[in-house]
Amino acid sequence: MSVRFGVIVFPGSNCDHDAYHVAKHVFGQEARFIWHKEAELGDVDFVIVPGGFSYGDYLRSGAIARFSPIMKDVVRFANSGGLVMGICNGFQILCESGLLPGALMRNESLRFVCKNVHLKTESLDSPFTQGLTSGEVLRVPVAHGEGNYFASDDILDQLEDQGRVAFRYCNENGQVTKESNPNGASRNIAGILNEGRNVLGMMPHPERCAEAILGRPDGARIFTSIVDALSVGA
Amino acid sequence: MFKARITVTLRPSILDPQGKASHHALTELGFTSISSVRIGKFIEMDIAAGSVDAARAQAEEACTKLLANQVMEDFHIDIDEIVST
Repeated sequence: MSVRFGVIVFPGSNCDHDAYHVAKHVFGQEARFIWHKEAELGDVDFVIVPGGFSYGDYLRSGAIARFSPIMKDVVRFANSGGLVMGICNGFQILCESGLLPGALMRNESLRFVCKNVHLKTESLDSPFTQGLTSGEVLRVPVAHGEGNYFASDDILDQLEDQGRVAFRYCNENGQVTKESNPNGASRNIAGILNEGRNVLGMMPHPERCAEAILGRPDGARIFTSIVDALSVGA
Repeated sequence: MFKARITVTLRPSILDPQGKASHHALTELGFTSISSVRIGKFIEMDIAAGSVDAARAQAEEACTKLLANQVMEDFHIDIDEIVST
């Protein structure tokens, strides 16, 4: 049975089609777009809150999208154990909505950063990462101006103690260094999980590198993990 | 009717790269006596309310719910009654 992906579309989303394409055409699963004005997600197994500039990033990135009607149902879905993945602007929206702790601040360099980065896989204990290997290094692009993950030291300690840091920025050898941090994120954090480990937020874009024609398809590792986790569970 | 003037700023403990870059430029321009620059947002709102306190309560709720992200930002509210002329 195929996995039913739902991709939320806000005014200003621009990675929604990439996510849809990967789910439907690369992985051969079911996928549909869900307009942000909808009140209910309907029958979906997996929700992607995609990247882009929802509401033009007005006020703060993700701050207004978080009040879109569909977000109520996304929160309900997540709180009942449904799998939700926020990518880039989607990560910002999930933080604003309270599904994930912390916030994404302006990049330390003040520059919009658009390049490939390396990610060290820190936690395999989630549906998103269960198919990866411990410490596995993925090369995935980032494209953001506000990806500087911030949270209080208490929250950061908690994330680390509970193994909820999914990915950290690293160099190509998997070493977590200051130089490999593209945005100044606290403790090189690129992606985190919620307490239930069913919500993942990450700044890098696995949906942009999930097929061989685009180069190293490292992003597919994450989608394979998700599809396998949901297919086994079905 | 009341006017709320709200400033939203990054918490003091948080590095403000915009402020830092601007401070650097000001120093280059010869403003050597300026020792620190922080940049924030300014928001102005007109609020229909029965009293200053009621207007402030609304402004505070607006800040908490939407206008400021208290993970990283603080806010300050000034309220004035709008006197129609």
